[in-house]
Amino acid sequence: MTTSDPRRAIDAVWRIESPRLIAGLARMVRDVGLAEDLAQDALVAALQQWPESGVPDNPGAWLMAIGKRRAVDHFRRREVADRTQHDLGRELQTQQEAAVPNLDAKIDDDVGDDLLRLMFIACHPVLSKEARIALTLRLLGGLTTGEIARAFLIQEPTVAQRIVRAKRTLAEAHVPFQVPHGADRAARLSSVLEVIYLVFNEGYSASTGDDWVRPALCEDALRLGRVLAELVPKEPEVHGLVALMEIQASRLRSRIGPGGEPILLLDQDRARWDQLLIRRGLAALNRAEEFGGALGPYALQAAIAACHARARTASETDWEGIAALYDALAEIASSPVVELNRAVAVAMAFGPAAGLELVDALTSEPSLKGYHLLPSVRGDLLAKLRRYDEARTEFERAAWLTQNVRVRELLLERAAACASSS
Amino acid sequence: MRFMMMVKGDSEPGVLPSEEMLAAMAKYNEELMKAGVLLDLSGLRPSAEGVRVKFSGGKRTVIDGPFAESKELLAGYWIIDVKSKAEAIEWAKRVPFTGGGELGDQAEIEIRPFFELDDFGGGPAVERHRELGEELAKRKA
Repeated sequence: MTTSDPRRAIDAVWRIESPRLIAGLARMVRDVGLAEDLAQDALVAALQQWPESGVPDNPGAWLMAIGKRRAVDHFRRREVADRTQHDLGRELQTQQEAAVPNLDAKIDDDVGDDLLRLMFIACHPVLSKEARIALTLRLLGGLTTGEIARAFLIQEPTVAQRIVRAKRTLAEAHVPFQVPHGADRAARLSSVLEVIYLVFNEGYSASTGDDWVRPALCEDALRLGRVLAELVPKEPEVHGLVALMEIQASRLRSRIGPGGEPILLLDQDRARWDQLLIRRGLAALNRAEEFGGALGPYALQAAIAACHARARTASETDWEGIAALYDALAEIASSPVVELNRAVAVAMAFGPAAGLELVDALTSEPSLKGYHLLPSVRGDLLAKLRRYDEARTEFERAAWLTQNVRVRELLLERAAACASSS
Repeated sequence: MRFMMMVKGDSEPGVLPSEEMLAAMAKYNEELMKAGVLLDLSGLRPSAEGVRVKFSGGKRTVIDGPFAESKELLAGYWIIDVKSKAEAIEWAKRVPFTGGGELGDQAEIEIRPFFELDDFGGGPAVERHRELGEELAKRKA
């Protein structure tokens, strides 16, 4: 028996082909917005024809052929006073012909890849963070506007508008369709990595909810990261980011208790961690480390995550190793939150007094003022030092600061326990 | 969603795939990698090198390969992470088999979604499965 659901098959083809299709068309027409419109035209043609004719053997080439034809039509239709239609058609053709040998010649060169160019453009710094995320998911993740809207809990027209505006901004800024070089490249690459990680975190932080669409963002981000790692295999931080996401994703299923309550890393059932993802994460981290240089912030965070992943039980965790990695992270990417995490690791490795010293240095940090984890960590360390009165005050403060009802209950329980111990 | 794409068939012992086939497969695997969907893959040696242990009526019988029903045999697999079953089908359709000789007279790919241990609910047996799975993976890593 054969089964076929043309609509689903077309969706699947679109998911696979649309990034390459848009990227290839963008190289031809030098305009991401137009390229996407042309790709959409090709999709519409597929939706009209494939249910009758079946999906062609090489659907990517089919879509590209339609897209190119529509591009030629577009340029023919466009009336430009000082150019004849013939010239325009020929110009496009010449561009295509010029682009092909160009691409072959630079096959190993970092400018050689349409997809990579598209990724850099979608994450261009002229765009707002929200626009970068929306455009990346749309152009490179193959997500529909509706899917993006559901994932980020915003209205579909908002997303659509965001994407339209982003395309316009790119066109107006005359952003060249190329992979950046030199010093600019590092900054631009880190913007790409940031966008992917933001997408991942959006899914990750939402995974305690009951909406499955949002955790799917973790998969989208992982896929984008894996794609990027193939495009720029010589960038250690890309492997670092992939490693970080693979290892974090391995814990997705164990982060929520049966009642929907969040479960902290050290309390998780490690048997539920996804070992295939852990293995892949460790392999990606290995690739990042093989370059031999100092690890970047993503690789360091991945290395920290890997320490947890390697520990069979929470008590076997290599806290000294983690504390050293946090030291390194604090040196290149210091932030109050990193410092707080470092303090926790130091406390686990060298005792609560050493950790408390670091936490105390953070109590005047303005950016942590409303952050419940600061008093919560401080309370925990004070309790371990048997300074129960102070600990109770900190737990109560933390309970007051948190938005999460379950976390609040937990903190109040700990405060009560301190009261009875003192 | 995680799927296994299983290659059904059995190759002749001692006959390795042609250079052409290997090249086409490498290209296909690379495509899976580049699309960010490939999690794992492996190929199996011919059933002539395999053994079966059969359970029937409380008895265990060991049977040496090769096995006849080659269409039902497993020659290799990919594990992919994709959005939907339709996407898995689309990837399977792109496997460069010609149906002409590489795995007998016809090749077949079976697509199966993974069971997640969560599908089984709790219980000590499931817990033990999880522990074993974890231990196994630890040793592999």
